[in-house]
Parts: sequence; C-alpha cells; structure tokens
Amino acid sequence: MALDPEILSRIQFAFVVSFHILFPAFTIGLASWLAMCEGMHLFTGRDVFRRLYQFWVKIFAVSFGMGVVSGIVMSFQFGTNWSVFAEATAPVLGPLFSYEVLTAFFLEATFLGIMLFGWNKVGPRLHFFATAMVAIGTMLSAFWILSANSWMHTPDGYELRDGIFYPVDWWKIVFNPSFPYRLVHMVLAAYLTTAFVILGVGAWYRLKGTAHEASRVMLVMGVAFVSIVTPLQIVAGDFHGLKTLEYQPAKIAAMEAHWETEEGAALALFAWPDAANETNHYEIAVPNLASLILTHEWNGELVGLKDFPESERPPVAPIFFSFRIMVGLGILMLIAGMLGLWLAFRGRLFDARAYHRYLVAMIPSGFIAVLAGWITTEIGRQPYTVYGLLRTSDSLSPVAAPSVAATLSTFVIVYGIVFGAGLYYIVRVVRTGPEKAPAHPVPDPYATSARPLSYPNEPVGEKS
Amino acid sequence: MSLVEILPLIWFGIIGFGVIMYVLLDGFVLGIGILSGVAYGEAERDIMMNSVAPIWDGNETWLVLGGVALLAAFPPAYTVLLPALYLPLTAMLIALIFRGVAFEFRFKARRKFGWNTAFFLGSVVATFCQGVTLGAIVQGIEADGAQYVGGAFDWLSPFSLLTGAALVAGYALLGATWVVMKTAGLLQQRAYGWSRMLLTAVIVFMALVSIYVPFLDGNYAERWFGFPHALLLVPFPIAAAGVSYFLYWSVIKRHEYWPFLLSLAMFVVGYGGLAASFWPHIIPPHLTIWNAASPPETQTFLIVGLAFLMPFILFYTAWSYWIFRGKVARDMGYH
Ligand code: HDD
Ligand code: HEM
Ligand code: HEM
Repeated sequence: MALDPEILSRIQFAFVVSFHILFPAFTIGLASWLAMCEGMHLFTGRDVFRRLYQFWVKIFAVSFGMGVVSGIVMSFQFGTNWSVFAEATAPVLGPLFSYEVLTAFFLEATFLGIMLFGWNKVGPRLHFFATAMVAIGTMLSAFWILSANSWMHTPDGYELRDGIFYPVDWWKIVFNPSFPYRLVHMVLAAYLTTAFVILGVGAWYRLKGTAHEASRVMLVMGVAFVSIVTPLQIVAGDFHGLKTLEYQPAKIAAMEAHWETEEGAALALFAWPDAANETNHYEIAVPNLASLILTHEWNGELVGLKDFPESERPPVAPIFFSFRIMVGLGILMLIAGMLGLWLAFRGRLFDARAYHRYLVAMIPSGFIAVLAGWITTEIGRQPYTVYGLLRTSDSLSPVAAPSVAATLSTFVIVYGIVFGAGLYYIVRVVRTGPEKAPAHPVPDPYATSARPLSYPNEPVGEKS
Repeated sequence: MSLVEILPLIWFGIIGFGVIMYVLLDGFVLGIGILSGVAYGEAERDIMMNSVAPIWDGNETWLVLGGVALLAAFPPAYTVLLPALYLPLTAMLIALIFRGVAFEFRFKARRKFGWNTAFFLGSVVATFCQGVTLGAIVQGIEADGAQYVGGAFDWLSPFSLLTGAALVAGYALLGATWVVMKTAGLLQQRAYGWSRMLLTAVIVFMALVSIYVPFLDGNYAERWFGFPHALLLVPFPIAAAGVSYFLYWSVIKRHEYWPFLLSLAMFVVGYGGLAASFWPHIIPPHLTIWNAASPPETQTFLIVGLAFLMPFILFYTAWSYWIFRGKVARDMGYH
C-alpha cells in the first residue's frame, strides 16, 4: 500500500484520541468518587473513607497525569494534521476549545496540586474544596469538548462563506442538536467505567480476603450506583440513537447493517456485513425489532444504505460490530447491577464468590464500551469531518506522508512504553491495597525536619 | 478605529501574554529538568522535582491556552505554523509526555534511572524544540493564504539551531535561580554557581542572536537600524544590559529572590524585543495580525469570557503558589 498522508493521519488521530479518552473516562468518574469519599470522611468521620481516598488518589494521580499529556497532543493534532479543517472551523470551534482551557484545565491543574500535595498545607475543608474543584473541572472539560465534537456531527448556528464557517448564533453552536444527548451518554459512561473498576477491585479484595472494611464499602456503593445508572444509560443511549436517526440516517443504517429501505425492519443480532455485495451473510435477526426500537412503532419505516450513494456511506462492518460490542457490554453491566441488588437483598453480597469473579472480569468493560461507542460515532460520520459539509479528504494538512509515518510510529512506541508503565504502577498500587495506606495523611511536603523517608516516597508494592 | 481593527490588537496582547506566561512558568520547570542532569544523586533530584511537583501541571496549561487561543483568534497563524513545524512540534509533544509522566512515575518506581533520564531528556528536547520553533518563526514561514506551502525541513537552519540552544541555556537559568530561591544549603550554593555560568551563556547567546537577526531575510535590518523604528527598539538592548548587570550582582551577593525575579525580567525584555521587531506580523513574512484575524464575532465571544475568567485563574494560580511557598526539604512527601 502506498503511503497516503490522509489514511496515516486518520490512523494517527484515531490512535492518540483513543488513548486519550481512556483516561478522562476514568478520571471524570474517579474525581467525583474521591470528592464523595472525602466528603463522607468529613461528614461521618469514619476512617475507612480516608483510607479509600488515600488509596484511590494515587491511582487518580497516575491516570490524570497520563490524561493530561495525551490531551496536550490532541490539542495540537488539529493544526498539525488537519490544518484545512482547522482553518474552516476555527471561528466556530476555536472559542469552544479555549473555553475548555479557561474554565476546566486551569481549574483542574491548579487544584490538583493542592489535592495531591496540600494535605498539611490547607485545612480539611479547603482540601475537600480542592478535590471538588478538580471534579467540577473534569465535568466542564467534558462539557466543552463534547460540545465541539457534537457540533461536527450536527453543525448549527453558523454561516458557510468561502469554505469558512462563520459563527452566527453561539447558543445554537454550543447547544447543537446532538450535544445534550452525547453529554449525558458520555458522562454516564465515564461514571460507569469508574464504577466497574471500583467494584472489580473491591470484589478482588473479597476474593483475596484482604481489605475487609474498604472492600465492603466499594461493593455496596458500587452496586447501588451501577444498578441505578446502567438502566439510565440504556435509556440515554436510546434517545441518543433517535437523534442520530434524525440527523445521520446513514450512520444508523450502518449500525444496523441495513441495506434495504423497509417497514417493520428486523434487528440483526449477528451478521457479517458485505459492503461489496451490499448484503449480509450469516444473519440472525429478530423481526420488526429495529423499527420498534428506532421509530417506537411496530411497522415504522427505516431507510437502508442502498438509498445513499456509495460516496456518502460510512464503512459498515466496524460500525456494526463496535455498536454491538457497546450494547452487549451495556447488557452485561445491567446484569451485574441486577444480580448485585438481588444478592444484597438476600444478604449475600459480601461472599458470593462467583459474582465477585464476574465483577473482576468486568473491570475493563467500561473502557471497552467507551472505545466501541466512540468508534461507532466517529467512523459513522465518515466520509465527513463536519457532517454533510466538509469531507475528511478535504480536511488534511499539507504534510508529507513520510513525516506522518514517522510520527505515527513514534506515537505507537511511546504510548506503548508510557502507558504500559502507567498501567503497571496502577496494578501495583491496587495490589498493595488500601489497608497499607499510612495512618497519617501524607506528611508535610515542606517540613524541614530530617525525618526518615515516609511511606509515600517509597516505591509502591511489596519489596522484591 | 473600528472594532475590526482594535480586536486583533487586543488579541495580539492576549496571546502575547499567554505565551510569555508559558515561557516564564514552564520555563523554570523545564529548566529544573535540564539541571536535573547535573544534580548530585537522588537526594538533590528529589528536592528539585518536589519544588515544582505541585505546580508544573498548571504551568503547562498555558501552552494549551496559547495553542487554542491562537486557533480561535488568528486561525491562519495556527494553520500555517503547525504543519510547517510538524516534526519539531511533534518531537516537543513527545518530550513533554516523558517529562510529565516522569513526575508521577519516578516516585513510584523502584529503579529510578529510567524516569530520571526521561525527565532530563524530555526537558532538554522540549526546550530545544521550542527554541527551534521560535527561530523558525523569526526566519519566516512560506504560506499561501492560510496554508503552509514549504517543505518538511524548512525550519531547519543554523539560526533555528542557535535559538534552540539559546533557549536551553535560558530555561536552565530560570531553573537555577528558582533552585536558589527554593532550597538551602549545599544545593543552593551549587545553584548559585550554575546561575553564574548560565547567565554568561545566555548573554553570549543573546548577542549572537541579535547579530544574526539583521542578516536574515525579511525586513529586520531595516527595522533594527532604520529610522524611526529603531528608536522603538533601542530601549530593549539597554534594558537587557541593565537587567543582566543586576542579575549578575544579585548572584554574587547571594540574594535569594532577586536572581529568579531578574531572570524572569530578562526573559520579558528579550521577548518584548522580539515582539517589537515582529510587529505587526504574527507569522512573518506574510501574516499580519489583521489579515490573520478571525471574524469579530469569534474574537468578541471569547474576549467576554476571558475578561471574566482570567482574574479568577490568576487569583487561584497565585494562591496555589502561596500555599507552596517557602523552602523545600529532602523528604517532601510525594503522595
Ligand atoms: C473534538 C473533536 C473530536 C473528539 C472529542 C473526538 N474526535 Fe474522533 N475525530 C475527530 C474529532 C474528534 C476529527 C478531527 O473530526 C476526525 C479526524 C479525521 C476524521 O475523520 O474526523 C476524527 C476521526 C476519528 C476516527 C477515525 C475515523 C475514520 O477515519 O474512519 C476515530 C476512530 C476516532 N476519531 C475516534 C475517536 C474516539 C475514540 C474519540 C474519543 C474521545 C474521539 N474520536 C473523539
Ligand atoms: C479531540 C478531542 C480532545 C482534545 C483536543 C482534548 C484536549 C485535552 C487536553 C489538552 C488536556 C490536558 C489538559 C491539561 O493540561 O490539564 C485534556 C485533558 C482532559 N480531557 Fe481531553 N481532549 C479531547 C477529548 C476529550 C473528551 C472526548 C473528553 C471527555 C468526554 C475529554 C476530557 C478530558 C478530561 C476530563 C481531562 C483532564 C485530564 C484527565 O482527566 O485525564 N477530553 N484534554
Ligand atoms: C445498552 C445500551 C446502549 C445504547 C442503546 C447506546 C446507544 C448509543 C448510540 C446510538 C451511540 C451513537 C451516537 C451517535 O450516533 O453519535 C452511542 C455512542 C456512545 N456510547 Fe452508547 N449505548 C449504550 C450503552 C453504552 C454503555 C454501557 C457505554 C459505556 C459505559 C456507552 C458509551 C458510549 C460512548 C462513549 C459513545 C460515544 C460518544 C457519544 O456519541 O455519546 N454506551 N451509544
């Protein structure tokens, strides 16, 4: 295959953004969880909440650090690889990105310092305030970036002149049609991702028989959260899909691998989409279900892919499969929540070993569902970067293919090393467990006394 | 003057402010990274890193602001600059990744050597690439409208390599004087020594760059020596000489705060001189602040929020510096 800067840039963008999103998906939820633990500690005075805080904050620090460095790469990608896209959309999107920096990034970054190093520098209430600010910052960050991303899917409030998008109505730009749905769906996704990590870690401690008190708290709170939020997420996803049907019908047709326009369309549970022959192989389908879900009518009409010229169709197979992975994981999450509720009512939540194993296996589920969801959304908007208006092939920078090949391969190697190491340290923190957290909060960073090295300065994990 | 003429002026000021904030704040953090290469053992390295651990992330955020504000206010400047500097900027981003994660990872690692190296090399490479970027902008970037039309290596020249090396010395000076301010004892004494050497290096580099610039293409020569523009530029070399003198004196006299403050001042002066010789270009030789400005609707929308938010940002940034004031000790606990 000849080196083509377009495909290389697309791979590079997809690669770096996929890495980036893993960390916000985790830290958005974790920041709120930390704020809650610290709030509970202030409110109830129970030591277990302090230990939980001190345990999870280490994991938070590592993944936040990786979120930041991978995010900085993102903010330059628009210019380095998609400069034509950047030129056309800058008047509209530039301020949204800027507001993200002004309202969210400064807030997070500054209060993060106080959160991590300020234990003895500020009082407990002020420290709690810092944690809350970081949590709010992560939310604001999601708000602006998803607004920008949604605008690319459902552009509104602009005027197109000479290939440049001019802003006309900022309210319509920020609150563009798909934004509310995407925001709710993504924030819930982030919360679920975190909740399943916390649940899985708690369950793992139950299986190992360590961290008794902390693991109970994690299990109870996790199950309560997941059993409420998963159904909400499914409803949110449904509404999101209805909006997409309205604005991007070709994407929905690809998600369902629907070739013919028909009434009472069936829902394919499994199929092997074949774009060349415009058909599916090995299809297992439930009659009328797709119409029912998407139009909320038994015999509603759904437009098929054949109604779109080939140049307007997104690639079908990746969208079809990634969508099924996301929904499948959503159903597994629902089962986890319901089972947990049932066990809790029977008083067996803390010693149902098979259930705990299930939860441990679900640790990565949120991350995979988030990636699958984004792959559906983003590949589904192809061949456009600004839906219906600016083609991906017309968005590219004038960069040479060898340059992009060089940077792409460097990113792959660097991310492999850096994020591999990050994961390794997180696993080590988890292995050490919350019970080994110091009895006292982190020592005063600026204390001048020459006391022996304290725990936090020591490498985590057992001595080898 | 109409709004269309005034807004770009204000935005030039805002972007200039964001960039100098970044240069000053991340400058001393990167400087710490560069100097970590000559630290004696883990103890000194611990102290140096701990002195910036609570604040480095906020400092780096100014870079992100500079990038996105440039995109919002002067889109063509952004869309010409980034592809033109594709390779050095990507190298800088990767270096910043290593520098940034080293803060978290080094304290968790059993064997620190790898992350020490990442911290040191990440800082050196990021700084060098920023200096190269500066040099490449001063040389001028070929553009047609809002798109870059040059090759992949146009940025590479003796001049840009010179500015790259100059910035390494400059940031290291900021770092050394920061160490003077934040530490005591042997490390502080060594930092006085570093400061002296680096100051000499910076003065030499500034002189070399100033001699080189008029020989570059573009109308710098006319600007530096022609009347009346030269009058505008005269104060900068004089101020630079004055500041270097006092800086040298404060290091010799073993002052604790002045060396850092005066090195900041030195950067401000150098930066002002550059900005004045650019004026009214944002990316020489084609893009001026007027033909690169984004529509007034965009500039106004953002300026309103900025005027409201910036005081808060400056306030809580200052507050966090205040919380972490004072000298750092060896056993500052990493979380
Ligand atoms: C702010 C904007 C924005 C945001 C938040 C995202 N994307 Fe995106 N994405 C783009 C802006 C964009 C883009 C600039 O518009 C791209 C580049 C080229 C293109 O086709 O669209 C794109 C392409 C793109 C592609 C390539 C599609 C293809 O070439 O067929 C993938 C797989 C993703 N993205 C994945 C993601 C993931 C996993 C995200 C999770 C965070 C994500 N995107 C968020
Ligand atoms: C292309 C799209 C994106 C760009 C350009 C981008 C840019 C950035 C940048 C520059 C940072 C570092 C901020 C700092 O210096 O502190 C960052 C961090 C962050 N981003 Fe993104 N981002 C993108 C996608 C997303 C998405 C889709 C979300 C969430 C829905 C998100 C949420 C966050 C959060 C919460 C952080 C804080 C760090 C962390 O929690 O790990 N970002 N992003
Ligand atoms: C089982 C029920 C679910 C349904 C019906 C559903 C529906 C959808 C739909 C239709 C989209 C594409 C939106 C578009 O066209 O742009 C989407 C995207 C997405 N989904 Fe889901 N989803 C479900 C569960 C989940 C779960 C459990 C998670 C993660 C924990 C998740 C995370 C995401 C993410 C991150 C995106 C991309 C961002 C966005 O467009 O909001 N989804 N979902």
